[in-house]
Amino acid sequence: MDNKNFSSRIRNIVIYIIVFLLGLACLLPLWNIVAISLSSGTAAAANKVGLFPVDFTLVAYRKIIDDNQFWHSFGVSVIRVFFGLVLNIALCVVMAYPLTKSKREFKGRNIYMNLLIFAMLFNGGMIPNFILVKNLGLLNSVWSLILPGALPIFSVILVMNFFLGIPKSLEEAAFIDGATPIQVLTRVLVPCSKPSIATVALFSIVGNWNDFFSGLIYMQKARNYPIMTYIQSLQIDMQEMLKQTTSSDALGNLTELSNRNLNAAKIMVAIIPLLMIYPLLQRYLISGMVMGAVKE
Amino acid sequence: MNLLLFIIWRFALEQEEDMKTKSRLSRTGRSYHLMMLPGMIFLIVFSYIPMAGLIMAFQNFIPAKGFFGSEMVGLQHFAYMFQLPDIWKIMRNTVGIALGKIIIGTVIAIAFSILLNEIRIKFFKKTIQTIVYLPHFLSWVVLASVIVNMFNLDGSVNQILVGFGAEKINFLGNYKVFPGLIVGTDVWKEYGYNSVVYLAAITAIDPGLHEAAAIDGASWWKRVWNVTIPGMMPIILLMAAMSLTTILSAGFDQIYNLYSPMVYETGDVLDTYVYRVGLVGRQYSFGAAVGLLRSIIGMVLLLTANGLTKKFTDRKIF
Repeated sequence: MDNKNFSSRIRNIVIYIIVFLLGLACLLPLWNIVAISLSSGTAAAANKVGLFPVDFTLVAYRKIIDDNQFWHSFGVSVIRVFFGLVLNIALCVVMAYPLTKSKREFKGRNIYMNLLIFAMLFNGGMIPNFILVKNLGLLNSVWSLILPGALPIFSVILVMNFFLGIPKSLEEAAFIDGATPIQVLTRVLVPCSKPSIATVALFSIVGNWNDFFSGLIYMQKARNYPIMTYIQSLQIDMQEMLKQTTSSDALGNLTELSNRNLNAAKIMVAIIPLLMIYPLLQRYLISGMVMGAVKE
Repeated sequence: MNLLLFIIWRFALEQEEDMKTKSRLSRTGRSYHLMMLPGMIFLIVFSYIPMAGLIMAFQNFIPAKGFFGSEMVGLQHFAYMFQLPDIWKIMRNTVGIALGKIIIGTVIAIAFSILLNEIRIKFFKKTIQTIVYLPHFLSWVVLASVIVNMFNLDGSVNQILVGFGAEKINFLGNYKVFPGLIVGTDVWKEYGYNSVVYLAAITAIDPGLHEAAAIDGASWWKRVWNVTIPGMMPIILLMAAMSLTTILSAGFDQIYNLYSPMVYETGDVLDTYVYRVGLVGRQYSFGAAVGLLRSIIGMVLLLTANGLTKKFTDRKIF
């Protein structure tokens, strides 16, 4: 018995160590960026920064305050997330409701549903989408980032499924009291569906904030880049250089590399909005994701 | 993508019997049609018009001439595509990288969830969970710069290699190690978030089974193999079915932010190829033809995933 306890204790210690190391593996690379952003330009350029800032300074963050382009891009992303979120939620909720009706109550319901499902299964792809946005004259406008993704079909189906789970009697009681469909939707169904609407909203925020690709193809002037496209444009030249040059060449080009602490600070500021909603993400996109999914 | 499907599936009802109960109040459908209208406008403009635009795959599309003025060439672009040695290389890269991500990612996520389930100290468990779920929510743009910092020739990984007396490895510029880097960093980003589903599956296993096995003298390993993993099997199968949908998207954002001409040999995938040749190179018709092929295979995969989901569980995705 003693022997067994001993081996199970060893096992537990090993498990704790492995889990701890896996956690560190996720944290340290991100922490490294924090440390670089707080270090001096020369220390960052010489790759001296590990887990602790070298020559601690806030100069990189101070430079960002005056960086016009950074805040312009940040603003483009804020506008995009705001309108993207409003459109996503409004279209989702308003479309999901009629789709919960049976064929008899709502003639044409199945046609609409099939149109949605087909668009989810099949899409025109990158190039026809680009030509469309170009022909609509949306290039270089913030609407080119918002409108193509305004109707998230997966989210419509998600909200529809959630509405279907709400007891019909609630809805009928409201109809008997003389409510219109819109009132039933806004006063009965939406207040009952907060978890699913929160899920859809968080998808929308994270997706819109993190997307760099639409900015890259639809914004032909770098001035109008959303934040992630802007960050990406900062890195692309440096990456090329780092990949191709030997270390001595890279060190010869200190002016370019000394931006490394500045870029790290920009990355930190760019992910602050996501860190701020992280508790909500944990609640709805992590814990909420599995509730009821597994049969007890 | 596969977790998105999972979330939708989780909100789905068990067989839609509610749909058939007929309301006592019959209403005219007009207000319902009105409610569908705004969404349908977006659907037609931003989904169906681009689908119609795929006609350009059968044309020599020139933007100035438009869809009606461009010359029709039939299947010429498809014939050309299948002659290119590139397309087979790209297919191989795409499927290879995607399968690597699916298989290794699943194994690591399952292993991590089993280990995490053994952790009894609440504070420790919560902290670890908070940390490992974070990378999933960060953009590849951000993570690419983290990865470049670590894996470039002077980065910390190479410093460690040199410290052990090994040779430096040009992770980002050597086409032999590049797919490994892509698979590894994707697993690193996603294993935490992927483990959520498996952890829930473990907690749903009847503790009585574990106790019975323990009384019969089964060791921890034996209990993991014979109780935990079989108990997780339905969810493992479900997730495997859903991950079919990712086979043709080996991860554009990730690869685009990390690759370079030096690693095209093994790192170029369908989406990056369409972007580079079709959009940047302005071979619109050829790019659309490759894109069309990708969309068709993607549709078949999604239908298969939905069919399998329906078979494994009594719910469906759509």
